[in-house]
Amino acid sequence: MAFKLNVNGKVLSADVDGDTPLLWVLRDTLGILGPKYGCGVAQCGACTVHVDGAPMRSCAVPVEGLGQSKIVTIEGVGASAVGKKVQAAWSELDVAQCGYCQAGQIMSATALLAEKPTPTDADIDEAMAGNICRCATYTRIRAAIKLASGQKTEA
Amino acid sequence: MADGSQLPSANRRDVLAGAGLVLSFAVVGKAGAAEAGGAAGKLNAYVRVAPDNSVTIVSKNPEVGQGIKTMLPMLIAEELDVDWAQVRTEQAMNDFATYGRQFAGGSMATPLHWDELRRVGAAARMMLVATAAQGWGVPATECTTASGVVHHAGSKRKATYGSLATKAASVPVPDLKTVPVKDPKDYKIIGKPLRQVDTDAIVTGKPLFGIDVVVPGMLYATYEKAPVFGAKVAGADLAAAKGVKGVRDAFVVEGGAALDGLLPGVAVVADSWWAARKGRDKLNTRWAEHPTSAQSSTGFAAKAVELSKAAPGKTERNDGDVDAALKGAVKTVEAAYAYPFISHANLEPQNCTAHFKDGKVEIWAPTQNPEPGRQLVAKTLGIAPDDITIHMIRGGGGFGRRLMNDYMVEAVWISKHAGAPVKLLWTREDDMRHDFYRPAGWHFLKGGVDASGAVVGWHDHFVTLGENGTAARSAGMSPTEFPARFVSNYRYDLSMMPCGVPTGPLRAPGSNAIAFVVQSFIDELAHAAGADPVAFRLKLLGDKPMVGEAPSGYAAGRMAAVVKLAAEKSGWGRTMPKGSGLGIAFHYSHLGYFAEVAEVAVAPDGAIKLVKVWVAADVGRHIINPFGALNQVEGSVLDGLSGALHQAITIENGAAVESNFTDYPLMRINEAPPIETHFIKSDNSPTGLGEPALPPIVPALCNAIFAATGKRIRQLPIDTAMLKSG
Repeated sequence: MAFKLNVNGKVLSADVDGDTPLLWVLRDTLGILGPKYGCGVAQCGACTVHVDGAPMRSCAVPVEGLGQSKIVTIEGVGASAVGKKVQAAWSELDVAQCGYCQAGQIMSATALLAEKPTPTDADIDEAMAGNICRCATYTRIRAAIKLASGQKTEA
Repeated sequence: MADGSQLPSANRRDVLAGAGLVLSFAVVGKAGAAEAGGAAGKLNAYVRVAPDNSVTIVSKNPEVGQGIKTMLPMLIAEELDVDWAQVRTEQAMNDFATYGRQFAGGSMATPLHWDELRRVGAAARMMLVATAAQGWGVPATECTTASGVVHHAGSKRKATYGSLATKAASVPVPDLKTVPVKDPKDYKIIGKPLRQVDTDAIVTGKPLFGIDVVVPGMLYATYEKAPVFGAKVAGADLAAAKGVKGVRDAFVVEGGAALDGLLPGVAVVADSWWAARKGRDKLNTRWAEHPTSAQSSTGFAAKAVELSKAAPGKTERNDGDVDAALKGAVKTVEAAYAYPFISHANLEPQNCTAHFKDGKVEIWAPTQNPEPGRQLVAKTLGIAPDDITIHMIRGGGGFGRRLMNDYMVEAVWISKHAGAPVKLLWTREDDMRHDFYRPAGWHFLKGGVDASGAVVGWHDHFVTLGENGTAARSAGMSPTEFPARFVSNYRYDLSMMPCGVPTGPLRAPGSNAIAFVVQSFIDELAHAAGADPVAFRLKLLGDKPMVGEAPSGYAAGRMAAVVKLAAEKSGWGRTMPKGSGLGIAFHYSHLGYFAEVAEVAVAPDGAIKLVKVWVAADVGRHIINPFGALNQVEGSVLDGLSGALHQAITIENGAAVESNFTDYPLMRINEAPPIETHFIKSDNSPTGLGEPALPPIVPALCNAIFAATGKRIRQLPIDTAMLKSG
């Protein structure tokens, strides 16, 4: 059946079964390839997108429940001031190794900073523990979040 | 790059020859210089300069997150004498004739290319200088270069590389062996921290990865294989799968018996991957009995103990008289160590896009090792290797998994059957249950120390997986592995048992397990001797700077230096609070010398807090890209800790039990400790950093746990239940 989805500020149509996870609607139907498949069971965070501002694992969100929700992916996150700052920090510190998880990391970090502009280490642990980085760039992820929030990073 | 059809084709370099300078070089020592100007043959092509003075530098090796697409072009750009801002880098096609071997493995890119690619850049610069000098009628020796411009001070003339490039392309190619290179003090690019060339594409979510490849008319596929490795398909409800909306086809692939080839399975091809997956859920595949279907991890472990008590299959090394030395030792220690199978768990599951058409194949593969993939596809499908084109697509993590090409041959087979381009994507469960695992292994050790605290005897009966005297892939151990040659009475016995579980290289193969065993047991001997673990290790390393000869020489002096530095930086010897401890370990692998100290705090319930890690490393006189280098070291350390704390693939009934991150956890940010890295820039040629930082962290952690708790970890992953004190 046809769904109308609000993705990155545009209304897009997708003719898919209602139980199709948002991740696969984005990737295979709409050609929005930034969100990645890693586990399919909301364990790794590579598919993280924002649904009405909240970070969600799109691999575990059936498309039929989304209604008019505003969906933002890595492709659209730079439109917000916070998202743009996070991307700039990720770039400045060259956080990525393979880079596969980083779209999801940036989405989670942006959601964190939108809610807590100056997060503590504990805040970072809590908000980011749902995102696995197999290359283990965690020290730079932490530093980039602090940089984006204007906090001094430890040497 | 999402649109695979837009990627440069294998023949593009010929087309571009007219657009600017294409430098083609004979590979040193491989092709004759006379061939260098020829149209075909063993030529390399790395550098193009456009009229606007922008420079394109080709990166020959696959990128899987090790930063090679940045690092290799840095070497060329340095000697070409251009500004990094002028440079655009481009991923090469898989093209053995032009580039030789193209692979991401063994931390070999730096040692293999450090000299050669700098000379490629230097030769290109020389051709541009010669062209300018000739045009101005001045000696080339009076010309200088900077930022992609040739200058002649005497006549105050200058010319951009871009204005010279077309003419320079016809200048004879200088001999790479004799072309002069820069004095390192003049380096402007090597040694500077540079961001990865694809960083901005990564942070904005551009489609860069294998999973992102889109080819016009492409279908999506999933491929189900037997839980017992290599078992054949006995039956499947193909019609039920085909009845699912969007499914185009479902079919059985007979496959073969080789675990690294095309295995039997059932393919489902659909309009979307989700439809393919839903179709697969209806298959209800039945699998044939298989000879290895009774194998298990507990069975392997029991067999290892049994073999350890019997005469070894073979004695790999026998120096001095171990039995006599142990008899005469003041203290002896006997211990059994074991480690499990572990999975690579690349975050991007294995995938490949292939288009079989008219007997030819085009492949888009996130592979670390394309050439053997080409050969596998050619052999399995009866295609000429030259009729196969392979695009090397960025991989979402390598770690050795993508050195194998099973996903590639599957994708090609399915595309041929489907009559369309196909993107095959494995599920996470497929990926974890069909890996080439780090092999499990068992070491039965005896060691002794004398009154002076010296190791006088070392006996390792290593029980590994393998048959007929040949160890399974990545399951061997070299007879020169430390502490061979450092202990005068040393025996290494080897026994094997057959195994139906596919094994293969995982980041620092061999070393990632052997360092745990050797460096933990050294710690046991140090404590038996009542010696400080650092002092004990330095004594074992001895006074000779080099032990043995190339290629298996061990630079004991370099190792002693990093041990001392790691100890110094970590404040070794300081008083630790109750439940806290420092542990040290060192290991040489992939030409790199690493010593690492871990600080841990163990809670009464056995929970381990990783407080901090110090790394001291010697990989030669230059750290080519410090930004990338630190990332590799930190990633390797956390990778090792993640495995030691959490990971095991358990075999039951011939199959892997774990299937996703729910039962095979990876380290998360809340566990990751800060890491302090120090490089010693010794006067040695630079070597690689993708692997050698991993091995020592595992025993450093275990030795720290011992220091904190008095409990010795002899089996991985670490069982925190045994650390309970409250």
